[in-house]
Amino acid sequence: MAHSHAVKRYSGIMDWLTTVDHKKIGILYLAAGALFFILGGIEALLIRLQLLYPNQDLFVGETFNQLLTMHGTTMIFLAAMPLVFGFMNAVVPLQIGARDVAFPFVNALGFWLFFLGGVLLNLSWFLGGAPDAGWTAYPPLASSQFSGTGVDFYVLGLQISGIGSLIGAINFLVTIINMRAPGMSFMRMPLFTWTSFVTSTLILFAFPALTVGLVELMFDRIFGGAFYEVAKGGNVVLWQHLFWIFGHPEVYILVLPAFGIISEVVSTFSKKRLFGYSSMVFATVLIGFLAFMTWVHHMFTTGLGPIANAIFSVATMAIAIPTGVKIFNWLFTMWGGQIRFTTANLWAVGFIPSFVIGGMTGVMLAAPPADYQYHDTYFVVGHFHYVIVGGVVFGLFAGAYYWWPKMFGRLLNETLGKWHFWTFFIGFHLTFFPQHFLGLMGMPRRVFTYLPNQGLDEGNFISSIGAFLMGVGTLVFLVNIVVSASKKYAASADPWDGRTLEWSISSPAPEYNFAQTPLVRGLDALWKEKMAGNKGMTPAEPLGPIHMPSPSIMPLVMSIGLFIAGFGFMYHQYVLCVIGIGITFVCMLLRSIFDDHGWHIEKEELEKKGAEA
Amino acid sequence: MSSVHDTAGRLPAEPEKATLEGRNKILGFWLFLAAEVVLFGTLFASFITLRNQVPEGPTADELFKLSTVAISTFILLTSSLTSVLGTISLHRHNLSGLLGWMTVTVLLGLAFLGLEVYEFVEYVHEGHQFTSSAFATSFYTLVGFHGAHVLFGVLWITTLILQAFRKGLTVVTAPKFYVAGLYWHFIDVVWVFIFTIVYLMGKVG
Repeated sequence: MAHSHAVKRYSGIMDWLTTVDHKKIGILYLAAGALFFILGGIEALLIRLQLLYPNQDLFVGETFNQLLTMHGTTMIFLAAMPLVFGFMNAVVPLQIGARDVAFPFVNALGFWLFFLGGVLLNLSWFLGGAPDAGWTAYPPLASSQFSGTGVDFYVLGLQISGIGSLIGAINFLVTIINMRAPGMSFMRMPLFTWTSFVTSTLILFAFPALTVGLVELMFDRIFGGAFYEVAKGGNVVLWQHLFWIFGHPEVYILVLPAFGIISEVVSTFSKKRLFGYSSMVFATVLIGFLAFMTWVHHMFTTGLGPIANAIFSVATMAIAIPTGVKIFNWLFTMWGGQIRFTTANLWAVGFIPSFVIGGMTGVMLAAPPADYQYHDTYFVVGHFHYVIVGGVVFGLFAGAYYWWPKMFGRLLNETLGKWHFWTFFIGFHLTFFPQHFLGLMGMPRRVFTYLPNQGLDEGNFISSIGAFLMGVGTLVFLVNIVVSASKKYAASADPWDGRTLEWSISSPAPEYNFAQTPLVRGLDALWKEKMAGNKGMTPAEPLGPIHMPSPSIMPLVMSIGLFIAGFGFMYHQYVLCVIGIGITFVCMLLRSIFDDHGWHIEKEELEKKGAEA
Repeated sequence: MSSVHDTAGRLPAEPEKATLEGRNKILGFWLFLAAEVVLFGTLFASFITLRNQVPEGPTADELFKLSTVAISTFILLTSSLTSVLGTISLHRHNLSGLLGWMTVTVLLGLAFLGLEVYEFVEYVHEGHQFTSSAFATSFYTLVGFHGAHVLFGVLWITTLILQAFRKGLTVVTAPKFYVAGLYWHFIDVVWVFIFTIVYLMGKVG
């Protein structure tokens, strides 16, 4: 069979702008997520600088509001989400033995939509001020009467990046359902793939609620609609419902993949199969299900009445059960294992007690009478940072050290890694542990200062010192990346004595992932072959030409189209909207008319590479 | 494999599911429709919350004329039937039947859109403007979102018909028609709910 489709292959920056390779898109997600993580971190440090001493006036009133809004929005939507997507892209196809994702083009489109949405949101700093209504943007505060153009950037930036997340989730669901290697049944999938699957399902059902909420807020602000305009019969509580119907599952969207990473890392570095694999899968699915039953616990003080509050309180507490199952499974996996305290495993081991503290304060907050006391205080700030940093960020750092060799072909330095872990870990607890007590003593969140000698001075001082220590830890990590990139040392295919399929191929993974699709014969597929005395996976097919999708600049152009349209809406230049959306639609049309035949990597090329390796 | 070589003579029985790309596309589209269910569900929830909030302007009862809406409903439900006949032609490998029925579907969609535009213009004349009340804003958003979906469907299916004139019925074009059919049914089902919740309940609820 002749494969004569000539496809232009790009190099340098054009390669990155046109890539549809899930491994490169994963790296793009990580790089963009890291950029926004640093931006959000700087915003956090400025907040802590203002709160270092009482009665300071570094960032007062509106500026402080902008900082806290952008810190929250950036960290959730533009740092944590893409970092999770980055690992999903880099790892999930490898773990299920697939050559690619189901929709490589859509995958690239998802990244560029996210990235340009994030850029749009951050441009607000230079164009009339950032959003200042909190990351939750409750109307009437977020209405045009009380908030400036910043909230328009919030609405449109999140809308564009939200579409990216949604199509990314669809891509992963189809990939996991349709493209598993022979023998890779659902109950043989590694736990990170399982958590990515459940997270994608949550994105699929949660993001449309945010889309509609943002559309309504946009229509109110830009076209004079009345959804949240009480004088015209609007209802501001409606926004709270829509936001939290999305917002609560969002917490699990972020933390479930972190659970998956921890499961992989704990199992690999204990040299044991994951304890209670099926209960782990069941707990993941159950957490995903309960995630949609708990949104009202963010609204206990809104006044929905005792029955609503009681139901949602019970549902919230119920989540502690599957989460507890997971915690014990990790502990029992370590029990009797040959534990190696590599940096990746340090993050995993540090994760467990930190996350348990966050979960425990969560159960405290789930009791409505107590929540009336905690609501909008620093207790809540302490709680969710224990969950998001102690849970999600620790998990992401564990994943970074664990999968770095597979993504980049080099290991991160272990000594620097340990410095990174200890500074960040100690800094984290110093920052957020005192905030619980500040909250119990009555310090409200989102207020730019406090008075001296009310028992709040020491707690805030310690908290700010801790925040700077976390900053130091992050700097050490950046140094580690530079050091690793400057060394010639290449990582082996399997540096950790791994258990899953991604460690059966070279580091970094070749463009086509698997020269021959592997045959999976059990859970921990590679480990099973190792124990059977085999050198690698048994192939499920003969060596043959591999079909690859063509690179394309269109995902970027389509995203730029929506980016332009976003500006058109904000400044009421509807010609720009028509041009921008027109660009996107024309790209869709071209994509439909001209079939992508892709190109092939020939058998001879694969054999040559195989001989070299 | 995305090979189009086997289109020359024998097309498989269900050409839309013959390739992995086709199966991926169909599953991905079902998942997209699941997200659309949540999207419209949320818009319906907003409308139900706000539909009696009319401090100014006409109420639903004063505004709606069921006769126009009944004609719209009849047209759109018929278009669902014609799109099914199109999919049946697809399974019979009958290209002209497929194109014919899809063209009828597009024409019925255009007729529906024409009626909707006429209806909206009428309402605005009667003082029911987008900004006049929470009821009006949520009405135009919900029904307008559905109308935009119909418009997108009309444009999409038109481009598919034009493509199929050149490319014929292949394992590449078949999944496109199949998912377009799924989409068209979906917007029909949404209309059934709009007819019930917006118009019928507006008259009697």
